Amino acid sequence: MSTAAVPPAPAPRGARRPGARVRTAPNRPVLGSAGVLALLLLWEAVPRLGAVPERHFPPASEVLATLAERAGTTPFWEAVGHTLFGWALGLAIAFAAAVLLGFALGSAPRVRAFTTSTVDFLRPIPSVALIPLAVLMYGTDIRSTLLLVVYACFWLIYIQVLYGVADVDPVAEQTALSYGLGRLARIRHVVWPTTLPYLMTGLRLAASVGLILSITAQLIIGSPGIGQQITAAQQGGAVALVYAWIVATGVLGVVINLGVRALEHRVLRWHTSVRGESAA
Amino acid sequence: MPATDTTHHRGVRPGMLKVTGLQKIYNGGPAPVEAVRDLTFELAEGELVCLVGPSGCGKTTLLKCIAGLMAPTSGTVELAGEPVLSPPPGMAVVFQEYGRSLFAWMSVRANVELPLKEKKLPRARREELVAESLEAVGLTAFADAYPWQLSGGMQQRVAIARAIAYEPQVLLMDEPFAAVDAQTRADLEDLVRSIWQRLGVTVLFVTHDIDEAVYLGERVLVLSNSPTVVQDDVTVDLPVERDQLTTRQDERFTRLRAHVYAQIQQAKKGTAPTAA
Repeated sequence: MSTAAVPPAPAPRGARRPGARVRTAPNRPVLGSAGVLALLLLWEAVPRLGAVPERHFPPASEVLATLAERAGTTPFWEAVGHTLFGWALGLAIAFAAAVLLGFALGSAPRVRAFTTSTVDFLRPIPSVALIPLAVLMYGTDIRSTLLLVVYACFWLIYIQVLYGVADVDPVAEQTALSYGLGRLARIRHVVWPTTLPYLMTGLRLAASVGLILSITAQLIIGSPGIGQQITAAQQGGAVALVYAWIVATGVLGVVINLGVRALEHRVLRWHTSVRGESAA
Repeated sequence: MPATDTTHHRGVRPGMLKVTGLQKIYNGGPAPVEAVRDLTFELAEGELVCLVGPSGCGKTTLLKCIAGLMAPTSGTVELAGEPVLSPPPGMAVVFQEYGRSLFAWMSVRANVELPLKEKKLPRARREELVAESLEAVGLTAFADAYPWQLSGGMQQRVAIARAIAYEPQVLLMDEPFAAVDAQTRADLEDLVRSIWQRLGVTVLFVTHDIDEAVYLGERVLVLSNSPTVVQDDVTVDLPVERDQLTTRQDERFTRLRAHVYAQIQQAKKGTAPTAA
């Protein structure tokens, strides 16, 4: 009978060395800020050390100084406003259309089956492929931007709504039926809340994609907004300004994402994905 | 000595729920499945009847047909003389899956109140009913909580409160306590007895638990294996006041339990004896 045949249970790593520090959960905000700071330092160092030419890649300090300077001017905020307007309006139209159509078709299986193949064909068409069409129809008008934003956002939300509508729990549905809830009441009290988590996912995806397309449209078509400003800065050789706009775009994206997440938390406070943090 | 005070109900009290020749054949699969063959029984007004049968004997199918959630292949269901073709306003169902039957996006109060809003009851009456029913199940303090913040037993009490606030003529309960622990289950059984006694509502309680059926019911209907028929109709001659400790020790309880158990065993073997 050999005792060596039984391998000792591996001790947890931290337990081996006495005096080793107890692992704690990572402090997210602190680590996140430190990450951003490290990136900025790297960005500052690389052009300064001559690893890439400063002419094409100005150091962080220069870009941020340009951004700060521009942020004090009206045209800057006008451009941001144009971009946000195109984004918000496009997203709103896509949202309304996707919800209405999603609920209508989601509750009509035959019509849904009838349209599925068409949807599967239209959905993968990249919005940017519609740019020539947009220019042809609307020129540099805001409607060009809207066309691209709406097209891209619509599918993202619509598909989620279809999944959501199909996910209604049969027990919840039967409960509603047995208590005499009519069709509209069931949509309002059962189908809509069931769809909400899906809808919020679609909205979050669409919000980011919508911003991308809002800027793309301005960049390529030249309708007013951040995209157009980037092109203008590039053609004028203002390299630091190009970077400043790019940073501004990134900040905008982060702010939008935070906003949608906050909305999600509020709307879905009862849902399993959220309630673990807020309740109990 | 047996049961002179319970059997006479059927003769005196008018029929509240009447199931006649109910048959359900599912045609969805590769071959048609006959889940329920020929069920006929009647509940008198204010009666508490338990329906017990081997698992897979079509209890859920039967309940859905009675609730008007599913159309039978043939046969009829009548509630207070009216044929049931869709969920009738005089009927409330308590489902086994309380977690899915309660709406997670609504507070306890809103869950109980929603069916009353659909009934277009005035606000004052709704508030009264919600308060009364929550009090009856002992959850007054939890009106503003969400169902998922409560334990399983409490959630099922919310579902019961919602059902009694609806003021049904018939309360259908589909294995309501199958998913809660034994102690909670005993409490909930007593709760059902007390509510039934207090409100005089007609209750059809479906269960697979023989002890539960005998403890709760005035009558126990034993179902056969699928395709289902009523195999036995047992009158429970236990006193109206029941107690988890003394009733379950009662010699009559043990005898009834053994009788129903034997019937179920026979049902499982598929030998449907002539109903007593």
